[in-house]
Amino acid sequence: MLNVLWDGGSNFPGIAQFGKAFIELATNGDLWRHSIASLFRVTLGFYLAILLAVPLGLFLGRRQGWRKWMDPVVQFLRPISPLAWTPFAMAWFGIGDAPALFIIFLAAFFPILISTTEAAASIHPMYFLVASNLQLTSWESLCKIIVPATAPNILLALRVSLGVAWLVVVAAEMIAVKSGLGYLIIDSRNALRLDYVMVAMTTIGMIGLALDHTIARLGRLEAVRWRLERK
Amino acid sequence: MSENKILIDNVTVEYRNGGSPRKPWSLFGKGRNCGSAGDDVRTVLHDINIEIKTGEFVSVLGHSGCGKSTLLKVIAGFVRPTRGAVLIDGKEVTKPQPDHVFVFQEGSLFPWLTIRENISLALRSVKDPREKEEKAAYYLELVGLENSHSQYPYMLSGGMRQRAEIARAIAAQPDILLMDEPFSALDYLTRLNLREEMLYLHVMLPKTTILFVTHDIDEALQLCNRLIIMSDPPSQVKCCRTIKAPHPRNLTDIELSDLRSHIYYHLGVHTAV
Ligand SMILES: Nc1ncnc2c1ncn2[C@@H]1O[C@H](COP(=O)(O)OP(=O)(O)OP(=O)(O)O)[C@@H](O)[C@H]1O
Ligand SMILES: [Mg+2]
Repeated sequence: MLNVLWDGGSNFPGIAQFGKAFIELATNGDLWRHSIASLFRVTLGFYLAILLAVPLGLFLGRRQGWRKWMDPVVQFLRPISPLAWTPFAMAWFGIGDAPALFIIFLAAFFPILISTTEAAASIHPMYFLVASNLQLTSWESLCKIIVPATAPNILLALRVSLGVAWLVVVAAEMIAVKSGLGYLIIDSRNALRLDYVMVAMTTIGMIGLALDHTIARLGRLEAVRWRLERK
Repeated sequence: MSENKILIDNVTVEYRNGGSPRKPWSLFGKGRNCGSAGDDVRTVLHDINIEIKTGEFVSVLGHSGCGKSTLLKVIAGFVRPTRGAVLIDGKEVTKPQPDHVFVFQEGSLFPWLTIRENISLALRSVKDPREKEEKAAYYLELVGLENSHSQYPYMLSGGMRQRAEIARAIAAQPDILLMDEPFSALDYLTRLNLREEMLYLHVMLPKTTILFVTHDIDEALQLCNRLIIMSDPPSQVKCCRTIKAPHPRNLTDIELSDLRSHIYYHLGVHTAV
């Protein structure tokens, strides 16, 4: 049994071979190059999604009239897998980073938008009565009430959507680009190097773990602690 | 001390039950229980007339649901009366303003701001940051929270939170404090302490008019210059009594205990006392 694990079989690489492939890819730089390419795309797509989804979500959350019209649109678009957009992404953005970024952006955009809208809509109305009583300006209400009140939920949404974005990056890279861990998988499969495939998969898992760990730390910031401790 | 501060002039408030009016395209609009949803109007306050003078401390008593909070919200400008008007210094109240501040029943400190930041929000007119800091410290000290300035509301006890709430309200330097059962969530001993502090504040701020909704009759007797008892909805002022006894008051005084039985009688409680 142990022997089988170590030596592998015809359709999966053994531990020995995996280790060798890992060292090989790590020392010739391929693994780093591909990892950095993937991380770069995820980061950019993720930031783009935050930049658009958070303000839009805060706006929709505080404007019931707009929300009523936008909610069906959002709920209609959301269940369409980001990968289903691939043909259009390539038609619109050609080949290269742009279509992959677009797909990652889509994957992260909807979870953030929906959570932010929900959080902004459910801020207790009493806080706005206090604001009107103290005559806070709209800008002050945004900075002192809306943003801090929604921050815990937004951070949670960021954590979920970063996971989704990382999930999607691999798939996005299988189609349009010549770098990244997704490309490494497809390329290795075409070369029948299942050991490389496994190295790429392991790396994806480890980076995903590290990303989640990093973003989870944000949840311990002072600015969102009140949410956990509230009675 | 004799001019009218607040004039509640024939105020009637009606709530429309079922919230939004019937949608014209609604398929179920004529259904069993939706048919009259648009017409279901509840009169909560009915032709209320009250005059309150500058510096008065008025307690409002009445059964739960009789519209005490609603009355305060109308004065605060959160709710517009269906008929009638509230005049403050002769001017009609149309929107919330920092010169009449509402202290909420549920506690309305911003949980994401420290106590000092919460109080600073009420000090918006102070531009100089040094001065702002000093003022915030002053109000914190006034309510005995000087050591908790950088804590968040969740780190404080219920009584401390309520003190901070009051500090924020008076930091806005209002002419009128509208307090809606400010101590109802607290235990008896804390309530006694805060009662004392309210008296202290009342003496400190002789120009501030206070409206104080409470269910605690002793609290009202101990604090206020005037007692207003409201009837059940559609509510009217059922009884209005001035209390002249000087502070500090001894609740076993003949005058006060007579008044207490009188209040119980008006509230329809016959077994107590
Ligand atoms: N926003 C609202 N919409 C509809 N009805 C309301 C609304 N707010 C209050 N009411 C109704 O108005 C009546 C008076 O409410 P209010 O909160 O003023 O009572 P209250 O005297 O403060 O009671 P309590 O002592 O329990 O706080 C209640 O019957 C309540 O159901
Ligand atoms: Mg009430």
